[in-house]
Amino acid sequence: MQDMIRRYGPGLTLIICLLVAFWLVMLVIVPNITLLEQSFRPYLPVAEIGGPRDTYSLGNYMKVLDGTVEKSLLGISFTIPVHVYTFFLTIFYSILVTFICFLLAYPLAYYLAKIVSPKSLPTLLLMLFIPLWVSEVLRAFAWWIILAFKGPLNAMLLGIGLIDAPIRWTNMGYTGVVVGLIYTYVLFMLFPLYNAVQSLDTNQIEAAEDLGAPWWKIHWKIVLPHSKPGIASGSVMVFMLSAGSLLVPSILGSTTSQWFTQTIDQWFKDALDWNTASAYAFLLLILCTLFVTVALKLFRVRLSDIAK
Amino acid sequence: MSAGIDLENVCCDFGTFRAVDDANVSIRPGEFFSFLGPSGCGKTTILRMISGFIEPTAGVIRIGGQDVRGKRPNQRPTALIFQNLALFPLMPIWENISFGLEVRGVDKATRRRKAEDLLRLVDLPDAADKMVSQLSGGQKQRVAIARALAVEPSVMLLDEPLSALDLKLRQHMRAELRAIQKRTGVTFVYITHDQGEALAMSDRVGVMSQGRIQQIADPREIYNTPVNGFVASFVGENNIFEGRAGAAAGGMAAFDTEEGRFRARLAPEAEGKPVKLYVRPEHTVLTAAPGTENSVPVTVAEVSFEGPFIAVLARTAKGRAIVSEIRNDGQATVPQMGAAMHASFAAERAALLPDASVRG
Repeated sequence: MQDMIRRYGPGLTLIICLLVAFWLVMLVIVPNITLLEQSFRPYLPVAEIGGPRDTYSLGNYMKVLDGTVEKSLLGISFTIPVHVYTFFLTIFYSILVTFICFLLAYPLAYYLAKIVSPKSLPTLLLMLFIPLWVSEVLRAFAWWIILAFKGPLNAMLLGIGLIDAPIRWTNMGYTGVVVGLIYTYVLFMLFPLYNAVQSLDTNQIEAAEDLGAPWWKIHWKIVLPHSKPGIASGSVMVFMLSAGSLLVPSILGSTTSQWFTQTIDQWFKDALDWNTASAYAFLLLILCTLFVTVALKLFRVRLSDIAK
Repeated sequence: MSAGIDLENVCCDFGTFRAVDDANVSIRPGEFFSFLGPSGCGKTTILRMISGFIEPTAGVIRIGGQDVRGKRPNQRPTALIFQNLALFPLMPIWENISFGLEVRGVDKATRRRKAEDLLRLVDLPDAADKMVSQLSGGQKQRVAIARALAVEPSVMLLDEPLSALDLKLRQHMRAELRAIQKRTGVTFVYITHDQGEALAMSDRVGVMSQGRIQQIADPREIYNTPVNGFVASFVGENNIFEGRAGAAAGGMAAFDTEEGRFRARLAPEAEGKPVKLYVRPEHTVLTAAPGTENSVPVTVAEVSFEGPFIAVLARTAKGRAIVSEIRNDGQATVPQMGAAMHASFAAERAALLPDASVRG
């Protein structure tokens, strides 16, 4: 603080601090606190707000356990609250998206960081960036067209004879959602991974090779362990963004796919019950954070490693 | 166990730049061979070609008589010690050392035992479970050597591994490396730009400049009878005179300079080429009376006391600097500044040498 005042003068320092405070307080803390406070109160007619029935409770949170459905997995039938079921599917497919993003991004990150000549690197990075300039809505719709019944993907697969009849990709459970989320968020995996691999001393790779290691062993013992913080930060990013995405599941979802954010959205917009919607939103946030924390513990990554 | 290395007409181009030009050298099994040269002379490229990270553009490399063209580094019987050592920071020391065994499928107990044996060999018996970051520079050095030895290579390749160490440790590690080489009998190929290192450790030295091997000989020969001006000036100091050589007779020739006529050695292959006269400062003596041969009157301009020797810089009437080194035997007399003296050198100790051999 002293240092900042000395460097920028008291006026500019004050402006910077006020702007940061405004951003933090007005745009982050106040709206979230408001929603958090609302989430503990019941959804009441306007006249009753502040009345005797307007008391704090966990009721909105408990609604997630209402309304069970019959499901079966691996031949075992069970009943499960429908919103909990949606939540688990959201987590499961977000993990799947994260995992496939890693499989796609790792070879690319390694190629960019260690193999490609420094001259062509800027061009390649630019080519990766350009799709990011297009709005997420357009990109999701682009995939909607690609995956369409009479779209280019089916045309291509039919053309090379891999399939005999076109496939309804966007009506196959979570297929469209998973594809769309991977496309939207794969770069959030690529860049942390690229940074991590790039910081590895190339001599280490060569030393391992010189000592007789085959290529897969070099990756398993040298490159992957070194890249762990990058993998972790990319995974956290992709997982959280996927689990919290509303747009992609809305556009590319099928009749049989439901994302937890869509449930929240329905509480907000269809039921107009902001209180329950807030409760669900916080449930998603808390449970995802918990999940990520446990996952990081399991893989022995510290938050401070990710920040590097 | 140890293997020889033969390079036959080896060239290496990077685009239009020729990094190594027509290298021919035959390194004997069990030899300690150094490539010595300034940075950018192609010595590291040679090392990387032997280890397999770079393929030669032309020529053949044989290790133990076998052509290794097209073989990846992990298929060659060589072990490279990197300039920055490239130890694996996420593994404990013993896993570092046994990495090469692990990829060969050796079981854990054997690996651990082998790592501990090697740690004893490099005199670091208690380091097995430490991490790389806990070791000092010299200790890391030893771990790198142990890691390379673990795969029982026929050839050890060392890329200026001592350059990061301080002077005392470097001198200690020189002796250590030499001892380890003698104990194991493995062929060592050593890359350095430090002439002292190369001369002190090697059985033979190859001096390189601009991609060409200038001279291959044992250290004494490199220092005492360099084949050209580059080798003479890169390895040790010289007083250099320009002039014209007369006809050679019995390996000696007259040499006319602006300081007068000198006599010096002239190798048969240098006859007819433009040459300069090179004489070492320690072979140049300063006396009050004129010397019997190759004598020039000079004035003492600078005296610097270096400890083991005293360097005296004197100037001729024409302003040319001549350096003479007097060995400090405890009673050496130091010339007075401004004293008029005579610099002279034995014709046997002076050589008429052509410039470095360059491509073309």
